[in-house]
Amino acid sequence: MERRAGVAVTGTIARPSAARRVADPPLVRRALVGIALVFLGLFLAVPLAAVFAEALALGVRAYVAAVTEPYALAALRLTLLTAAVAVPANLVFGLCAGWAIAKFRFRGRQLLTTLIDLPFAVSPVISGLVFVLLFGRQGLLGPWLAEHDIRVIFAVPGIVLATVFVSFPFIAREVIPVMEAAGSHEEEAARLLGASGLQTFVRVTLPNIKWGVVYGVILCTARVVGEFGAVSVVSGHIRGMTNTLPLHVEILYNEYQFQAAFAVASVLTGMALVTLAVKTVAERHIR
Amino acid sequence: MLALRSSHTVLPGLRITLGFTVLYLAVIVLVPLAGLPIRTAGMGWETFWRTITDPRVIASYELTFATAGAAACVNGLFGPIVAWVLVRYEFPGRRLVDAVIDLPFALPTAVAGITLTTLYAPGGWLGRPLAAYGLPVAFTPVGITVALVFIGLPFVVRALQPVIQDLDVEVEEAAASLGARRSQVVARIVVPYLLPAWLTGLALAFARAIGEYGSVVFIAGNMPMRTEIAPLLIITKLEQYDYDGATAIAFVMLSISFVLLLAINGLQAWSAARVSR
Repeated sequence: MERRAGVAVTGTIARPSAARRVADPPLVRRALVGIALVFLGLFLAVPLAAVFAEALALGVRAYVAAVTEPYALAALRLTLLTAAVAVPANLVFGLCAGWAIAKFRFRGRQLLTTLIDLPFAVSPVISGLVFVLLFGRQGLLGPWLAEHDIRVIFAVPGIVLATVFVSFPFIAREVIPVMEAAGSHEEEAARLLGASGLQTFVRVTLPNIKWGVVYGVILCTARVVGEFGAVSVVSGHIRGMTNTLPLHVEILYNEYQFQAAFAVASVLTGMALVTLAVKTVAERHIR
Repeated sequence: MLALRSSHTVLPGLRITLGFTVLYLAVIVLVPLAGLPIRTAGMGWETFWRTITDPRVIASYELTFATAGAAACVNGLFGPIVAWVLVRYEFPGRRLVDAVIDLPFALPTAVAGITLTTLYAPGGWLGRPLAAYGLPVAFTPVGITVALVFIGLPFVVRALQPVIQDLDVEVEEAAASLGARRSQVVARIVVPYLLPAWLTGLALAFARAIGEYGSVVFIAGNMPMRTEIAPLLIITKLEQYDYDGATAIAFVMLSISFVLLLAINGLQAWSAARVSR
């Protein structure tokens, strides 16, 4: 922003004619803005409006009923439970990875950074599949688990594992660059002044990277709450037991309960909008 | 040498944080992923080949790549316009529009799926007028493409925005003051400068699209040979307890994803070299 303003100022003061010539003609400007807004309107605004319109199609009472129905609440509880495990686990990992990768130089550092991004390259369905291959009935550990009566697939542990897998890189990849940009001088000073390692981290490092952490946590949470493909493979879709909110939306939709499906979907959409708002605020602080 | 060493050892915790990082990475990601090639190797070449050359599987690969490619083309065309408008022009609501670009990242894919299906179904807001013109969208490959355009949109826009921001207006001014027409400036300076980032965005969108499931499965209609995408076929095989079949299809998909990942890394290095120059 500042930079562009600076350029504009020098342009108008030093070379007014050049500045005018370099700008796109007004007609082109208007046409491009028009095309962009129509495209975004069609692909983003109309779907957003449709979610709420369909959710409220049968009135407020039907909406409230669909959202507070016991199976919907059970799905919400499972989604929150999954988030309560997956987000903190990936947060601890992200902070450890950030500290090791940003503050130290060691062999294999580049490889480690690349491997952290790996889950991004894996289709959600395949992310679920790999856990079925490990823990499923015909999986590697399947017979042993069956013998000890431990259920992972078609049960909550499988859902949590698959979700942790797909949301694995989100916090680490936001924290690493922010920690790198902050450098190590302040931490070194704190150490030399006698602070312990943990004190240094909590009092010096965390305040510096706080918005990067917020940014990563919000992206991770959005993915955890909304994950569908991976969870769909390992869940078994047992109502009230292994149904997360997105899976509940799917079941309602496939039963032609469209209004109820969109009512629950509107809750998820609301979470997505909150995510975008927090993300915008965090971005402003990082830059 | 000694100074360099000591400046690195003043900070504690390398061993514990690196140890935890590697352990967590191995347990959550590497070991589960390794199961896929191991299972593939265990099933024997003949089973593997028979599965992935089954006409229904080949049709699903073709559909997946064709629709992902078509969606990349649409985003390749409109993404740069959106990015350019957001960086270079001022208009009312610009910041709001900029924030909403990431909606496809934040919105659960199942929500996107049922919403797009309802919109483009024969009786929907957009489906009805389109059907009147003889263009059914939902439950056809066009519908799948629409869902993939939605999913891929932020990749192209977000890849281009920082590069457009970085593109120095003074360079364009210099070209203009030396007598270049605006069209020449765009063709000779702007387009070549944006090319690596544009390709990166396209590759990211394409890579996401070939694995996409939630937003596609509702609008696709899922008819074997016609509108059945590869990820759905994996789930179908799993539901029939055909673990080997599912694994073989997934192994091919995963290999293609890794090749794309390598290509994207290369593109990003190229793009970064451009910008820092």
